[in-house]
Amino acid sequence: MLKYLARRLSATFLVITLVSMSVFGIFAVLPMDPAALTCGKACSAPVIEANRHRLGLDVPVQVQYGRFVKGLFVGRDFGEGAAAFHCPAPAFGYSYNRHECVTTLVAEAFPVTLSLAVGAFVLWLSVGVSLGILAARRKNEWQDRAATAFVLIGTSLPTFISGILILLFVALKFNLINPIEMGRWVSPLEDPVAWFRTFIFPWIVLALLYAATYTRFTRSNVIETSTEDYIRTARAKGLNERDILRKHTLRAALAPIITLAGLDFAGLLGGAIITEGIFNLPGLGRLSIRAVLRDYDLPTILATTILAAVFVIVANLLVDILYAYIDPRVRVAS
Amino acid sequence: MTLKPFLEVKNLNVAFPTEDGLVQASNDISFTVARGETLAVVGESGSGKSVTSLAVMGLHDRKRTQITGQAFLNLESGPVDVISADAEVVRKLRGKAMSMIFQDPMSALHPYYSIGNQLIEAWSLYNEGDKAAGKKRAIEMLDLVGIPDASKRVDEFPHQFSGGMRQRVMIAMALINNPSLLIADEPTTALDVTVQSQILQLIREMQKEFNMALILITHDLGVVAEVADRVNVMYAGKIVESGSAEDIYYRPDHPYSIGLLNSIPKIGELDSKRLVAIPGQPPSLINLPRGCSFRARCSFSDRVANNLCATTAPTLDTKTTDHFSRCHLTEAELVKARKESGGI
Amino acid sequence: MTEPLLKIEGLKKHFPTTTGGAFSKVKGTVKAVDGIDLEIYPGQTIGLVGESGCGKTTAGRTILKLYEPTGGKITFEGQDITHLKPKQMKPLRSQMQMIFQDPFASLNPRHTVGTLIGAAFEIQGITPAGGVEAEVQRLMARVGLNPEHINRYPHEFSGGQRQRIGVARAIALKPKLIVADEPVSALDVSIQAQVVNLLEDLQDEFNMAYIFVAHDLSVVQHISDRVIVMYLGKVMEEAEKVDLFTHPRHPYTKALLSAVPVADPIKGRKRERIILQGDLPSPVNPPAGCVFNTRCWKAQDKCRTQVPELMQIGKDPSHRIACHFPED
Repeated sequence: MLKYLARRLSATFLVITLVSMSVFGIFAVLPMDPAALTCGKACSAPVIEANRHRLGLDVPVQVQYGRFVKGLFVGRDFGEGAAAFHCPAPAFGYSYNRHECVTTLVAEAFPVTLSLAVGAFVLWLSVGVSLGILAARRKNEWQDRAATAFVLIGTSLPTFISGILILLFVALKFNLINPIEMGRWVSPLEDPVAWFRTFIFPWIVLALLYAATYTRFTRSNVIETSTEDYIRTARAKGLNERDILRKHTLRAALAPIITLAGLDFAGLLGGAIITEGIFNLPGLGRLSIRAVLRDYDLPTILATTILAAVFVIVANLLVDILYAYIDPRVRVAS
Repeated sequence: MTLKPFLEVKNLNVAFPTEDGLVQASNDISFTVARGETLAVVGESGSGKSVTSLAVMGLHDRKRTQITGQAFLNLESGPVDVISADAEVVRKLRGKAMSMIFQDPMSALHPYYSIGNQLIEAWSLYNEGDKAAGKKRAIEMLDLVGIPDASKRVDEFPHQFSGGMRQRVMIAMALINNPSLLIADEPTTALDVTVQSQILQLIREMQKEFNMALILITHDLGVVAEVADRVNVMYAGKIVESGSAEDIYYRPDHPYSIGLLNSIPKIGELDSKRLVAIPGQPPSLINLPRGCSFRARCSFSDRVANNLCATTAPTLDTKTTDHFSRCHLTEAELVKARKESGGI
Repeated sequence: MTEPLLKIEGLKKHFPTTTGGAFSKVKGTVKAVDGIDLEIYPGQTIGLVGESGCGKTTAGRTILKLYEPTGGKITFEGQDITHLKPKQMKPLRSQMQMIFQDPFASLNPRHTVGTLIGAAFEIQGITPAGGVEAEVQRLMARVGLNPEHINRYPHEFSGGQRQRIGVARAIALKPKLIVADEPVSALDVSIQAQVVNLLEDLQDEFNMAYIFVAHDLSVVQHISDRVIVMYLGKVMEEAEKVDLFTHPRHPYTKALLSAVPVADPIKGRKRERIILQGDLPSPVNPPAGCVFNTRCWKAQDKCRTQVPELMQIGKDPSHRIACHFPED
């Protein structure tokens, strides 16, 4: 097991490095010129050049990358002279638009996205898996058909439709959300009720989409596992149906689902752009989309992109380890 | 007072309603098995040999199966009819009074749990005691069935065992609560022949050790000859012949049994006569033909007067003798048939 | 004496095992077939017998060049085909065919019976006199199928019938050699006899040679002229059928024969049983010396270190065994 872990960790590290290099490289070859786009109102050639220097884009891309990596470990200085400032480690860069270290921006946005992701995750997993198990056990009866209908609706509605529908016809209509307060971040430790009210509808919108997929996936896994020979053995031993479901069927059926859920969660941590937009939540999604569409704030874009990738890569590693823990056959194969 | 046989099956019928019609998988099955006795149930696919045993164990889905008839387990506390009894009552007999092992040992154990865990699970259902006691019993059983290094291997996982070893584990698990009836459904079919003889020997040793009634389901006539005291030959869901092993092999009383015995190549017989095959195929179990189910493949049905085979299904005369068959042919006709088919 | 139809010398087929993953390395080899010799003449049946992991199926496929041999030599009708490329093999394929074990998996469920059997003609570019369809129907009738079912799909047939389709497909081009890989193992007992009889009749009619791969010794005894017993990729014993079954000299052969259940209650229970201890070793890690030594009751130090050569035993040059301490 330890050898497996060691190999996976080194592979993970390698992938993260490669991803960060690729992202850097992509932005280096983009046709748009960040220096020209962000130089403010009076953009003449020397102003653009000064901007380019200020953004650190006048050096070769390897040097830029080197500085970026260095900044992650020891912090970095930006600007010159009177307008210079230091961003402490880990320094992802400096946003001139927002006059802030990118790290600060990310640190502010992250708890919002984390709250959104965690709540949605718990909701979609509990609803999706329970519904899936119910549908599997009552196969072809009305509960199963109802669950299938739910699945169809859930997977067909994109979040920008379900989000707006829920917002307009449920939340605002019944005054469950204060439009002025909407999207204001408050820590769950300070005011749990307010936190809950802020996030409950975004959770529902996100969970609707994922729950549907998980219902379907759980249902088919449970049905398939129920036909396995070892379930018949368990029954022949004299186990009751509840124990068979709990200890035998679900263990095997849910293992792949848990691992998939881990990856989906990690994907959400990078930011739920549409949902955050509809509910005006100041999370990583909103941060990144504004950086791209409104500001062309390259350091922020870089940071959010790499961060989103890192979440998924790390989640991949954790999920693989979890799977090896659950399924002893996997440990041998590696 | 003679002890009643442990299992008494009376007029058992098992049918499955399907889209295409009612599949009569098992029809009018009656037999008994006593402790210490081995009953072999022989048949091909569609004969109903497994279906009957699954009904005795209560392993059919009650919602999707129509079961009528009776199957009594004559326990010390009194007889229990597992067909009409409450599902919970039957469940508490599974693994305790009666156990079953199945054909494919490679898939019969849960891949995620150690074999010790699965053995202890079986034991804790019916025994008071903590996990340590259960583990001790599990190691005892593994020793008994011939798993070397049992105290170490008890913590290993199924994929770390070979097919033969896994079948031994299955046997250990089935016997851990001292059942009085063991049903073995094709226990050696998926195993290599040298492993097969090991497992068969083990099953017989265990039968003696626990004084169990044993039902061995198989399609292999060689295996039957090796281990059976009594044999039920099944075809298209019915018992077509029943008798001692010697009765069936030396004096088969049904054209199907005769045909089957003639169609298998016998090891040791080197003169290479052409095999006498039974023509045709087993019938569909939906809409069985009127009359005798075997008629379409029988070479002797024309010897029965009045076209009886086509109009009337033959019945089993179980009262007068131990060796009976479901056929309209007279005893004299059968003796002639045996001689003619050139074997027995 | 005529030339053998097929001659195999020292045939080997090894499969490398890898560590897996992105930077996979070769870890070891599975020596599925590790040096077998074989000669077969027209009209002869050689039974290739053994348990799981013995290499008989791999041998059958390597003989037909479905796998590229790792070593050794295959000569067909005097021509060395060992290193022929697939394109060069193509015209020879009509002469050497295979019947597969699983009648459910070996037929493409999306093709009609007519397409399945007729594919042979299409691939080889041969048009039989009277047309492909007529020939296919003739073949169907020959194997005992109803020619009117030519447009049906495999799932509409029973297991025994599907195996007959496989047979029809194999004999379509009138091959000289057929490798039958466990052709009756997956069939019901009463159907097995039908298919065995069919194979024997066809052999008489077309004078085909069969290599009959099987684990069921009773069937092998019935159909073979000569038998080769394999264990973990090596030949343990080979002999004419009567010799092998009446007077086996290798301990493994003896144990194998004694393990086969006899369909006779009195004789079966009286006979001497040799029950081998232990499990079949994995072909990834075969024992050193004689591969059978871990389960052999006579094994001595020599057996654990020296690989026995396949050598003649007794007066008959065609009876050979690989053993340091043969049985009497």
